[in-house]
Amino acid sequence: MSPLLRFRKLSSFSEDTINPKPKQSATVEKPKRRRSGRCSCVDSCCWLIGYLCTAWWLLLFLYHSVPVPAMLQAPESPGTRLSRDGVKAFHPVILVPGIVTGGLELWEGRPCAEGLFRKRLWGASFSEILRRPLCWLEHLSLDSETGLDPSGIRVRAVPGLVAADYFAPCYFAWAVLIENLAKIGYEGKNLHMASYDWRLSFHNTEVRDQSLSRLKSKIELMYATNGFKKVVVVPHSMGAIYFLHFLKWVETPLPDGGGGGGPGWCAKHIKSVVNIGPAFLGVPKAVSNLLSAEGKDIAYARSLAPGLLDSELLKLQTLEHLMRMSHSWDSIVSLLPKGGEAIWGDLDSHAEEGLNCIYSKRKSSQLSLSNLHKQNYSLKPVSRVKEPAKYGRIVSFGKRASELPSSQLSTLNVKELSRVDGNSNDSTSCGEFWSEYNEMSRESIVKVAENTAYTATTVLDLLRFIAPKMMRRAEAHFSHGIADDLDDPKYGHYKYWSNPLETKLPEAPEMEMYCLYGVGIPTERSYIYKLATSSGKCKSSIPFRIDGSLDGDDVCLKGGTRFADGDESVPVISAGFMCAKGWRGKTRFNPSGMDTFLREYKHKPPGSLLESRGTESGAHVDIMGNVGLIEDVLRIAAGASGQEIGGDRIYSDVMRMSERISIKL
Amino acid sequence: MPLIHRKKPTEKPSTPPSEEVVHDEDSQKKPHESSKSHHKKSNGGGKWSCIDSCCWFIGCVCVTWWFLLFLYNAMPASFPQYVTERITGPLPDPPGVKLKKEGLKAKHPVVFIPGIVTGGLELWEGKQCADGLFRKRLWGGTFGEVYKRPLCWVEHMSLDNETGLDPAGIRVRAVSGLVAADYFAPGYFVWAVLIANLAHIGYEEKNMYMAAYDWRLSFQNTEVRDQTLSRMKSNIELMVSTNGGKKAVIVPHSMGVLYFLHFMKWVEAPAPLGGGGGPDWCAKYIKAVMNIGGPFLGVPKAVAGLFSAEAKDVAVARAIAPGFLDTDIFRLQTLQHVMRMTRTWDSTMSMLPKGGDTIWGGLDWSPEKGHTCCGKKQKNNETCGEAGENGVSKKSPVNYGRMISFGKEVAEAAPSEINNIDFRGAVKGQSIPNHTCRDVWTEYHDMGIAGIKAIAEYKVYTAGEAIDLLHYVAPKMMARGAAHFSYGIADDLDDTKYQDPKYWSNPLETKLPNAPEMEIYSLYGVGIPTERAYVYKLNQSPDSCIPFQIFTSAHEEDEDSCLKAGVYNVDGDETVPVLSAGYMCAKAWRGKTRFNPSGIKTYIREYNHSPPANLLEGRGTQSGAHVDIMGNFALIEDIMRVAAGGNGSDIGHDQVHSGIFEWSERIDLKL
Repeated sequence: MSPLLRFRKLSSFSEDTINPKPKQSATVEKPKRRRSGRCSCVDSCCWLIGYLCTAWWLLLFLYHSVPVPAMLQAPESPGTRLSRDGVKAFHPVILVPGIVTGGLELWEGRPCAEGLFRKRLWGASFSEILRRPLCWLEHLSLDSETGLDPSGIRVRAVPGLVAADYFAPCYFAWAVLIENLAKIGYEGKNLHMASYDWRLSFHNTEVRDQSLSRLKSKIELMYATNGFKKVVVVPHSMGAIYFLHFLKWVETPLPDGGGGGGPGWCAKHIKSVVNIGPAFLGVPKAVSNLLSAEGKDIAYARSLAPGLLDSELLKLQTLEHLMRMSHSWDSIVSLLPKGGEAIWGDLDSHAEEGLNCIYSKRKSSQLSLSNLHKQNYSLKPVSRVKEPAKYGRIVSFGKRASELPSSQLSTLNVKELSRVDGNSNDSTSCGEFWSEYNEMSRESIVKVAENTAYTATTVLDLLRFIAPKMMRRAEAHFSHGIADDLDDPKYGHYKYWSNPLETKLPEAPEMEMYCLYGVGIPTERSYIYKLATSSGKCKSSIPFRIDGSLDGDDVCLKGGTRFADGDESVPVISAGFMCAKGWRGKTRFNPSGMDTFLREYKHKPPGSLLESRGTESGAHVDIMGNVGLIEDVLRIAAGASGQEIGGDRIYSDVMRMSERISIKL
Repeated sequence: MPLIHRKKPTEKPSTPPSEEVVHDEDSQKKPHESSKSHHKKSNGGGKWSCIDSCCWFIGCVCVTWWFLLFLYNAMPASFPQYVTERITGPLPDPPGVKLKKEGLKAKHPVVFIPGIVTGGLELWEGKQCADGLFRKRLWGGTFGEVYKRPLCWVEHMSLDNETGLDPAGIRVRAVSGLVAADYFAPGYFVWAVLIANLAHIGYEEKNMYMAAYDWRLSFQNTEVRDQTLSRMKSNIELMVSTNGGKKAVIVPHSMGVLYFLHFMKWVEAPAPLGGGGGPDWCAKYIKAVMNIGGPFLGVPKAVAGLFSAEAKDVAVARAIAPGFLDTDIFRLQTLQHVMRMTRTWDSTMSMLPKGGDTIWGGLDWSPEKGHTCCGKKQKNNETCGEAGENGVSKKSPVNYGRMISFGKEVAEAAPSEINNIDFRGAVKGQSIPNHTCRDVWTEYHDMGIAGIKAIAEYKVYTAGEAIDLLHYVAPKMMARGAAHFSYGIADDLDDTKYQDPKYWSNPLETKLPNAPEMEIYSLYGVGIPTERAYVYKLNQSPDSCIPFQIFTSAHEEDEDSCLKAGVYNVDGDETVPVLSAGYMCAKAWRGKTRFNPSGIKTYIREYNHSPPANLLEGRGTQSGAHVDIMGNFALIEDIMRVAAGGNGSDIGHDQVHSGIFEWSERIDLKL
């Protein structure tokens, strides 16, 4: 239409002999087109961004100004309910955080850490990992010779309640428990967080930081200033064995390197020890962490994206850096399984025999529940044919090695192997990273991995073979055996103090020992490994890895890992055996016969997204927000005894497992 | 278009009939064309409406902001320092780096004691309006809650009127750890620079301790409610024993100085009232006490704070905007709320001037008489010196002893001309029912016109009389304060009455511990005009809720004059006059005196104020101001040398810039 119209215009104008006017109209039209063409793209983008920003701000304003509807308000917290019932703060409370949850801050660093003085390296937003990852790893590592500070680097534990109340923003550790304790009257003067540098061995926290001295002084002060009421100690995870170490240290005389409190110190100052998720006998997870810097999560991630973690092209070597850092931390060795084959089983038998491994997942849906139902139905015929899983084999190389009778396994004495050979070609390593694996010859790597399985006892030999320097340093501080004669003076050395099987509880008959932990979550129990494939050019820095492709017919074997009952990190037998049997009544480990109580919390996943981590969770860290556990802790802190909160409460097979473990009591 | 229309009728009469047909067709098409073009234009105009322009503008601003934020975060950490050095030249080494090169190492454990206001407070239990603030900072953080819920915040920061302890249902406690007082607000350091420099020579959490306490309470109540003194004793003992028996160096600041005086008496007093440490606890555990900006004898600022919730800052603000704080148009009542809150804090009464007329002067004399206020500029310093040398006195000396004067004329009149009418026995009279003040109740509500007039007619108050004035004006508050603090001078220090805790924080009514090897330092800034005395007037407005205010019109333009906006200034560190900070170390404790029976060595270290040269320097590294001095490099160096094992002679004995020794000689006090 328009060209026709223009043509007619021109024709009519030409007839009228008015030539200048058409040009004027043409010039008027052209600038408009150019303007719109020039601005449209950028202007549209700005317009869109402005529109989105305005909408966002409007919604944010509405969200903050509108009061929360009554339906969505949180259910009443146990602190509020108990406060209304008349429960009041009575005993002072000491919280002992475990591994990883305590915050660390930088006090002296290399030039690459400029601007980070007294900023959190661990336990905050973790933004520095993304900005300067190698610098961050360097500062978090310890000296590989001494286990203490590297020269020029000082990283220290954050003091106070802020040390471990949140691990990351919105990811609570102790915060919910602290808030509920505050509701019945606790505050800074009768509530204390005994933070320490969890990377060090327990003895070194006293050598370098005087953490044990400070804890002793704090307990004595809170005892004296709160009307001479005894203290309730609440350790979590590794904090439980740290506090075992403290109980021995504090009563050891000063000249012997102890706290000088004397034999009656614990009876005088401590009312009860409420262990949450205690790793008393260690966790198998620590073995895989030291062997290949892996857990089930990493094995799962590797099976999803095979080239991501190992790519030689990118030379990422993520796991290698993590391994070097974690190998410099002595405290991980404190979590290796203790008690050897007597507790964890040998090549053919173990305490969890007959285990039925139907568990609820952490966050289950109805569909998943129906699947579990089907599996339960279909499991019956299969179990008749299938041999039971051999959990005693903590590390097996190949699935066959995890199932064969012990007579068919390779008989290999790791101690006789030679680590190093003179072949210089084998010393070529992928990338710049160096680890103790580089000193091993290919032949020795193949030998330890050929059709072999390791128990809790022999896996220590394997680790000594693979990482002799690390294990030599760590075994100066920790022990993993069972005592023959507890009155032997050698058990006065500090390396035995954190092992409940090689130490006595203090002489305090009125003290109470609680074990509170979650059950009903699949927990890592043993692993199936394989050799890492490497090209002919160089030797892989980590020659072993979990065989993530292995999945069993039942849910016990998944991603190369066998699972048992527990709280996601600590198996039930590690958390509960000492309170169920080892310390129950008068035993050689508990000569004064103090009362022990077991409190298990069956895992119930959160019902909806709004519940976030749930109020009835049994997971290792989420249990700190478990309403039942908080109520028990509050009642004990307010003066109740174990009988008054209901005594034992057991859902798992811990009693039956304990009966199968035959150690002298 | 209209032109075309006009031309068409001219063509019409001349056209033949066949052309008429063509003309009709043209006329039909042209209106259609014009309507289409009109439609297009209107569509184009509507495309960019006002709302769209706003969105466009917001989009531009957002993109620019994000781009700049990205650049800022991508900037390396050393970039600002690089820019600063390019502009101002290389920065001097911080004292930590400098002393580390000298070979100094951490030796004695260090204990910090924050003063009033600088310690953080957090909420542990609160009312409904404080939901979501559990263990959040009410004081010493971002102060965001002051703007969101100001009345709720004031309510939670107040204490109980009767007991001086917690109100029912509210628990606000001191933040613990070094984070309690390292920054007062983001970017506003208090102890952070000192901590960072000590860390350079090897200090860390295990040999540094921040003795945080609830600074709102009286000193003994921090033990009654929080066991703060017990905790401090336990921590000092622990740090000394775990550091190989090396004694602790105590670094109190501001009111923390008085708090530590109280602690030293408490720790050696027998339990249960005291700490049970025994008579030699201080000799065993303390090497040195390095008092920073210590108000040993109180500060006149506290009188104005309690009398009218004012200081020179508020007075200056009132002079600039006369109607803002007084008018009730907005019904803000800011000062009334502040007064009600601060009057519940017992600790402000610990800093009222001590020693009465003997120390602070009378109607016709004061220790600082003859002091000339020099301007901050360097030239004026020379002029002031010359004037002093010539002996020429431009103006009559300031009567600093008159702490409060009603009217400028009585501040300068001869004593014989002042006709005091005693107020002490005056009847307060019937109070006016004041409707505009009923929201915020203060003890001024109990005063009638007669009481207010009685106060004004007394005209002039010295230090001792100012205490009586406060007793008259706020009897309930002062009764609570008198139970915890004392402001006199001891006659006989061996009298058993001085074992009461209320005397322990007054250096004129207490003895130093028996610790001959201990050292006491007084470190403070000089060279800044500091409030010393005030000129008041009655607030005649019928709507006023505080009947007295500083007379800001009393102002002398002369740069060398000490009277500014109703406030007489003297040398000091902006808050604490030199007399209060330095007298005890200069004379009363020097050598063996009745206040210092064991002859503890005392040292005075003054730091002349040097303001920052430019904006890039921040708050300056040579500042002498009350809080900024914590970043003074010379002060930090002195503290670090003592902490590393040095003593007074190692850092150069006394360092004096003011007339403290001259002024001390004028004070007639039995020693």
